[in-house]
Amino acid sequence: MKKQQTGQPMNRVDGRLKVTGGAKYFADHQPADMQYAALVCSTISCGAIASINTTKALRAPGVADIVSHLNAPPVPGYKKTNPGDKNGLQIFRDNRIYSNGQPVAIVVANTMERAVYAASLVEVQYNQETHYTNMEASMDKAFQNNRMKDYSRGEINAWQKAPVTHSAQYTIPLEVHNPMELAGIIAHWTSPDTLTLYAKTQGVKSVQETIQELFEIPEQNITVHSRFVGGAFGMALRVWPLEIATILAAKKIRKPVKLVITREQMFTLVGYRPNSSQTISMGATADGKLTGITHEAVAITSPYEDFTEGIVAMTKFMYDCPNVNTRYQLVPLNMSTPIWMRGPGEATGSFALESAIDELSYKLKIDPLQLRILNHADTDPERNLPFSSKYLKEAYQIGAEKIGWSSRNPAPRSMQENGMLAGYGMSSGTFGAYRGKATVSAILKADGTLTLQSAAADIGPGTATAMVQIAADVTGISPDKITFMLGESSFPYAPEQGGSATVSTVGSAVSDVCHTLLKELANLAISQVPAFKQTTPEQIIYEDGQLITADRQTKITHEALLQQQKLPEVKVTATSQGGEERKKYSMYSFSVHFAKVHVHPTTGVVRIQHIVSVADAGAIVNTKTARSQMIGGVVGGIGMALTEEAILDHRFGRFVNNNYADYHVPVNADTPPTDVYFVNKKDPYINPMGSKGLGEIALIGFAAAVSNAVFHATGIRVRDLPITPDKLLHITSTENTNT
Amino acid sequence: MPQENKPSSVPPKKDKQEARRDFLKQSSAVMALALAPPLVLKAAQHDEAIAAVFEKMPVNLEINGKKMQLSVEPRVTLLDLLREQLALTGTKKGCDHGQCGACTVHVNGQRINSCLTLAVMQEGKKITTIEGLSSGDQLHPVQEAFIRHDGFQCGYCTPGQIMSAVACLHEGHAGSPEQIREFMSGNICRCGAYDNIVNAIMDVKNGGQIA
Repeated sequence: MKKQQTGQPMNRVDGRLKVTGGAKYFADHQPADMQYAALVCSTISCGAIASINTTKALRAPGVADIVSHLNAPPVPGYKKTNPGDKNGLQIFRDNRIYSNGQPVAIVVANTMERAVYAASLVEVQYNQETHYTNMEASMDKAFQNNRMKDYSRGEINAWQKAPVTHSAQYTIPLEVHNPMELAGIIAHWTSPDTLTLYAKTQGVKSVQETIQELFEIPEQNITVHSRFVGGAFGMALRVWPLEIATILAAKKIRKPVKLVITREQMFTLVGYRPNSSQTISMGATADGKLTGITHEAVAITSPYEDFTEGIVAMTKFMYDCPNVNTRYQLVPLNMSTPIWMRGPGEATGSFALESAIDELSYKLKIDPLQLRILNHADTDPERNLPFSSKYLKEAYQIGAEKIGWSSRNPAPRSMQENGMLAGYGMSSGTFGAYRGKATVSAILKADGTLTLQSAAADIGPGTATAMVQIAADVTGISPDKITFMLGESSFPYAPEQGGSATVSTVGSAVSDVCHTLLKELANLAISQVPAFKQTTPEQIIYEDGQLITADRQTKITHEALLQQQKLPEVKVTATSQGGEERKKYSMYSFSVHFAKVHVHPTTGVVRIQHIVSVADAGAIVNTKTARSQMIGGVVGGIGMALTEEAILDHRFGRFVNNNYADYHVPVNADTPPTDVYFVNKKDPYINPMGSKGLGEIALIGFAAAVSNAVFHATGIRVRDLPITPDKLLHITSTENTNT
Repeated sequence: MPQENKPSSVPPKKDKQEARRDFLKQSSAVMALALAPPLVLKAAQHDEAIAAVFEKMPVNLEINGKKMQLSVEPRVTLLDLLREQLALTGTKKGCDHGQCGACTVHVNGQRINSCLTLAVMQEGKKITTIEGLSSGDQLHPVQEAFIRHDGFQCGYCTPGQIMSAVACLHEGHAGSPEQIREFMSGNICRCGAYDNIVNAIMDVKNGGQIA
């Protein structure tokens, strides 16, 4: 019998390459005669470049060229917009400086050391203007982008009339994706209109598209390689100015140029999660039924782009509440543009919403889990549609049971263990379950191997592994004979890896192309193999790389079928996308996080003791890699909750902790054992696999679970992330003030 | 193709000669004067060929069992030598400041951050990188355990994690999950595979594959 491959904990298909150093990331490629680049970046935060003196730098050993706005080759695409339009930073277009760290020149030399040294010799003079980097001090600049209009249903600010109310402000600092791999690119113009790139990207096709728009060369002349990506978490969802700078330098010197930026530059050149301030106000009846929620958010953006994300999205549909209104505003500052960071806006919004629900529960004297269940939205109150699938209540139940929720003393600051204050907290998260459009080609060779190709990406979740499992289930071909190839712009179209949609989008196309392939093989057998003459494609059984008649009397292997017909291969292509189901159902993944913390009563140090995370993400394709994604999201959440904060010195508009030693991402010793559970029930509508997304919900809501646990442990509510010990220092003198 | 790693035998172009002399004069003004033997310095100002030699230094390293006579600029880190000149790109650069562990290699069996040491400081040492950890098709037990336990996601920190894990086991610092967490905390994994990394190391330890 056929063994089901999806749902199994299959090892990664590229695991061997990753453990042997054989996996080649963009910077590991070394085209012949490659040159090295280093950036010269602005030391002011607003103003204009007055002069650039490159005399000394050009005389340094090995320097090939220095490119800036003074001598950069033209970018034809820039002409489509005017300077000052909100179209992103158009690198080297003019002398304007919008933020500290903005690249002002790129130095190219024949070794990395020489490029770095020469960059230090470039002398730049500026005409400095007043800069603004402090959101709180710049609230008068707040405006609303027309992508994010005010939302309301029912009565505006209805919470004010409720018998029990809660209203508070929650703030989240600027956080930086900081994947382990440094950003950069290798650019090589092999002819004046032919460009090869080795890139760090979440989507080779979108890189190709951006380059085509900017340089106006034919799409087929742009080759983008990006097979392995060393993490991204959203920062590689677009082409950054540093990449255009490298492409321009390569155009000028007509040799391959490699740029790898520094860890410090990762804070200013490749986006971040914007710092934000949110006010949540909610009201409920005395027995805990929500009557109104008002959610107002402000977050920062750059002077040259309006960055928006789903900060207030979750509030609109998470709870069954008749009156909800939201507002979302942006404050433009002298900063580079933010970019979606794992769980994007929902991770930010969920901290406020799920903290507020917890606070309200104490006022109501209702268990926070119970309050959530009491206000569970059985249908989507925002769109008035049924959910395609929602097993949130089951997820609550699993999580509560595994963490031992019922055995806690519900009163804040009531539990102690080994001299530590102990506390339990929980929260929920949600993110849209998407399905886009993708094309996959399938090549079955006469040796029985199947190769699938699509321009998808893998920034870590294990794309190829999941695709092989899906293909194995449809075709009945053993996984070890299936290869899924990705990360090449020459492959058929796939969207960027983002928004937790790769399995849904590309997996559906894999499923479709495999069905197309089987039909092709069936037709071949029916027309050419006598024993199959009387059968139809639907009647044939596909197992172990064979076609089997319904009566199981006749079998033919794929190899034999192709060899008999003297066919070296059979190739088919299929494009796949969702249909009308999106209009009929609301599609979301859900997560539930439970955390148990210890807080040191004197120092305020928080140690997470145990985590239970549960996901309702539809059918799980690979239980091993899915679990890894969940624990990864949790680790990211620990950083968000306890340690991560990029600090600006507003006098200069510069970061003061722009490195791994001072910007604290969680290390191994910061992470407790994490138990992950999946509801693992198929969504009947979203796609052939029944899989919803996982990457975002792994993190969304997590920070609130920790904050809620810290409150339970200490009686102190921290509404300003991260929860560092200084915010709990008054711990010894504080009694249970909030109950 | 790896960067050329031999003293240049072709005389550089004239403008480059000037540049090099300029560079040497600058260097001598700040530090070389105090450090370089006067004779060499004097010669360098007149002879471009010597200048090229002056910039590079010979260093003998045994890398993954192979003895190598190399010539490198003194400012080249071991990490950049491995990656850019010897095409051993399994060792990764994550921060260049010894803060992340992605560049971990073994020097005479001890784990170090290869970004924090200059190549010329390792004269005569035995360097092992991820490429030299196993021989042939047979993977090292730690490599196998990382695959089995999914001790990675993107894989970028993985070579450093594995080199560190092997050393952690040899050091006797893999006695418990808690001890492993402490002694593996020099290797950041932003994807957050820590739980799986600990399980992989415990598995090797319990399997007795490494004493």
